[in-house]
Amino acid sequence: MPPAIVNFIAGQVGVQQLVVSGTSTTAQTPPSHPRAAFLVLLIIISFTISAIAQEPADTAAFDLPDERPAPPTSVVVTDFKYDAGNRVDITWVPSIDDQPELTLVDGYTVYRSANGGDYKLLDSLLPGISMYEDEEVTPDSVYTYYVATMSGKDTVQSVVTQEIRPEWELVNFDLAWLFVIAVIISGSIVWFIWRARAGADLFVRKIAGLDAVDEAIGRATEMGRPILFIPGILDMDDVQTIAGLTILGRVAKQIADYDTRIRMPVSRSLVMTAARETIKASYQVAGRPDAYSDDMVSYVTDEQFGYVAAVDGIMVREKPATIFLLGAFFAESLILAETGNSIGAIQIAGTARPAQLPFFIAACDFTLIGEELFAASAYLSGEPKQLGSLKGQDVGKGIAMLAIILGMVAVTMATAFEIDFFQMIADGLNQVFSTKAE
Amino acid sequence: MRRQVPLFITFFVGTLLIVSVFIPPMENLGEDFTLFFDIIAVFAFFLGGGNLLRVHLTKLYRKSPDWGFSVVTVVGFFLMLAAGLFKIGNPGDISASVTAEGSMFQTMFNNVVLPLQSTMYALLAFFIASASYRAFRAKNREATILLVAAFIILLGRTPFGMMLTAWIPDSWSVLQVPNLAIWIMNSPNLAGQRAILIGIGLGVVSMSLRIILGIERTYLGDDR
Repeated sequence: MPPAIVNFIAGQVGVQQLVVSGTSTTAQTPPSHPRAAFLVLLIIISFTISAIAQEPADTAAFDLPDERPAPPTSVVVTDFKYDAGNRVDITWVPSIDDQPELTLVDGYTVYRSANGGDYKLLDSLLPGISMYEDEEVTPDSVYTYYVATMSGKDTVQSVVTQEIRPEWELVNFDLAWLFVIAVIISGSIVWFIWRARAGADLFVRKIAGLDAVDEAIGRATEMGRPILFIPGILDMDDVQTIAGLTILGRVAKQIADYDTRIRMPVSRSLVMTAARETIKASYQVAGRPDAYSDDMVSYVTDEQFGYVAAVDGIMVREKPATIFLLGAFFAESLILAETGNSIGAIQIAGTARPAQLPFFIAACDFTLIGEELFAASAYLSGEPKQLGSLKGQDVGKGIAMLAIILGMVAVTMATAFEIDFFQMIADGLNQVFSTKAE
Repeated sequence: MRRQVPLFITFFVGTLLIVSVFIPPMENLGEDFTLFFDIIAVFAFFLGGGNLLRVHLTKLYRKSPDWGFSVVTVVGFFLMLAAGLFKIGNPGDISASVTAEGSMFQTMFNNVVLPLQSTMYALLAFFIASASYRAFRAKNREATILLVAAFIILLGRTPFGMMLTAWIPDSWSVLQVPNLAIWIMNSPNLAGQRAILIGIGLGVVSMSLRIILGIERTYLGDDR
């Protein structure tokens, strides 16, 4: 109890002087009245009790030293392999008190020191976690770490790790097999392009959806209705949109030849400018630059369903005879395709999103499935060098088929008969076709 | 020259990005280029917005058919633009977010744009029904298989499917409708999807090579 307070109380009850020593307080001069002395004693006791009552946490901490959780152990820091020297991994064995039924551990905190400086908190993690990836490091610094167990406001820290300097590697050898496969497939594509240029006769199977393009454009011409071209809802950084525009180039040339109208509402500004350039060039090649107009392509909105509403409106009002849906589509695919179906238009659709393909197959007349979308431009061009690139893809398909059959046999034999040789083949294939860093 | 410069840029950037996959110090190059693209796309938005206004103002000026829709478009465009630009009704000062709760922009977005978007999305339920009706008609062998598979999956996803075949003993549990539905989804369906994905991957490689090597140029407006 503070001496000033005691003296104040003593003054109130007529005590001359009080001396405070340690935690006990005694009067040197006897009180002039026994009732006043009793009152002082009562007040002192009540203050002492209230002071004890106000410090339960500290007292509890002293009384229950065993409630502190154990720290994490085996804290190890390793440099991440094949990176630009910007990542180290810290792993640890969680505290033995990190068990759901104990609820003693609230989580872990990871601290880092750079070049011998102070330790700074990096992150707080949930209980049960035993790894942290530090991606805020550079190769020109040396780091040490420790991990602490959190329990309420209390933390119990592990030992500090050894020093580590992140290193960078020039080549990612984990991707060596990917490189080999890429070289084989790309090399075969280039080889077939070269052979086609040299005049070799290459067979490319018929694609019904693309053979129907002529008929679809002709129908629109006969009916005197426009052709609607929808290039999906993604931007020019998506390969499906580019595939859609390459097909647009071929289709627009035929449209110019047939002197039919084309209408192309788009949902991205860059697609609008690229599509205008594509159509303009096609009209020039067809010898009809005068028939081209910027109004053929118009921007609507970036909003997915706002775009769908606008395109549906165009379909219902203008009743195009032919609709091309070629590009990246999401939930809007069926809304667009069904509206097109309801107005009786011939619909040619194509996307590389497997989830949307069933909708197009159900609602459209022709559907380009996956790779056919990317092959369409080359197919329509009829140029040997473009068709040669399609032939090169077959080598990739051959590799895929061989690997799938071999893998299937190897895994089945290894599992059913426990033959090491087949297990070795299965592991080897797994290593070749896995791109995950070890 | 007008064609050669874009072709050279395409070749250079395409090759660089392929190489960067195998060179760890260049691993973030793809993200950096994506950022460049985003910046360009933001500026291109002015082109899109300008085109939208031009198309609809022309329609209004000429009193073209359905010009009433253009009135809604133009009014909506300027209303949202003004609400966002001048932060009308924003609860905080001018530095507060344009999408702060209570602002006119956010109120219009929540009460006009979102319900309209949801309405369009809700149409999907009806279109799925009409498309399914056409797709599941047993016209030939393939369509019949599709119909049976679809029926099993539909039934397997309902409690009735479980009830219907609960009597089958555990040793034959694979024949219970929910398990059959899971098998169809995880085996034939997944295998088919993966086959399509392999084809897509190879198609992308082939098309990318055609573009990088300058064989495919239609996307640049060059059809020669």
